[in-house]
Amino acid sequence: MNSVDPTFATSIDFYVILASILFVIGAFGVLIRRNMIVLLMCIELMLNAVNLLLVAFSTYYGKGDAQIFVFFIIVVAAAEATIGLSILIMAYRNNKATDAGLFKNLNG
Amino acid sequence: MSIELLTLIIGGLTIGAALMVVISKHPIRSVLFLIVTFFLISSLYILMNAQFLAIVNIIVYAGAIMVLFLFVLMLLNLNKESEPKTPKIVLISSVVASGILLLVLIAAFKDSIQLSHVHLPPEKNIGLVKNLGNLLFDKYIVPFEVSSILFIASMVGAILLAKREKPIID
Repeated sequence: MNSVDPTFATSIDFYVILASILFVIGAFGVLIRRNMIVLLMCIELMLNAVNLLLVAFSTYYGKGDAQIFVFFIIVVAAAEATIGLSILIMAYRNNKATDAGLFKNLNG
Repeated sequence: MSIELLTLIIGGLTIGAALMVVISKHPIRSVLFLIVTFFLISSLYILMNAQFLAIVNIIVYAGAIMVLFLFVLMLLNLNKESEPKTPKIVLISSVVASGILLLVLIAAFKDSIQLSHVHLPPEKNIGLVKNLGNLLFDKYIVPFEVSSILFIASMVGAILLAKREKPIID
């Protein structure tokens, strides 16, 4: 990356760096935000970063298995978003807020 | 050259949209920027010739999951800035921690695999529907069926969680 290569964008390096940056942005959002809906969205962002990297390596190795994994990750992400949002609706019904700090009174 | 330029532009836009998801105060604005991010990631899939995943990404993520998020936002009437301010010490330490995480990730990736300037094969048909369908319904048929059980479980769980304890009598 230190030498400016015009074909850098089609190399696997580009996708590795891009997916790392997206993953870190998602983790940063999980750290700084307090709204639980935005926290769930940041988790989706991190999942998408991993998906992007899997597709890049699938293209790189010429095998389709990683793309099937991405398909299953999308399936699991849909199920996870459903459950997370319904937990969030329940928490909102009890507390009238969606702040992530509310879960500290659960005392399980 | 134009493909490379297009990929670079789309990558930069993706990073910008993802940053806007995190830093915008308004939750609805975050959802809309996340939809933009998913469309940009889908266009990156198309550039890598993974057409099936590009379409699935748009349909499932931008079409279903994000609409679910928008519905919940509208339902809870959260379309105002109701979020407490993040303390400054949390902000600074989060920036430092994320920077260190990025540094470690890139260093580990660049050291573990000797990747530099290995180009993606441009014309491969692995991402097409025919190829992936053969793979999915042949080698990965058992996980595919198990994922339907997962969906039923999550559907029942969502209904049970979102149901009220007692029915409202009025």
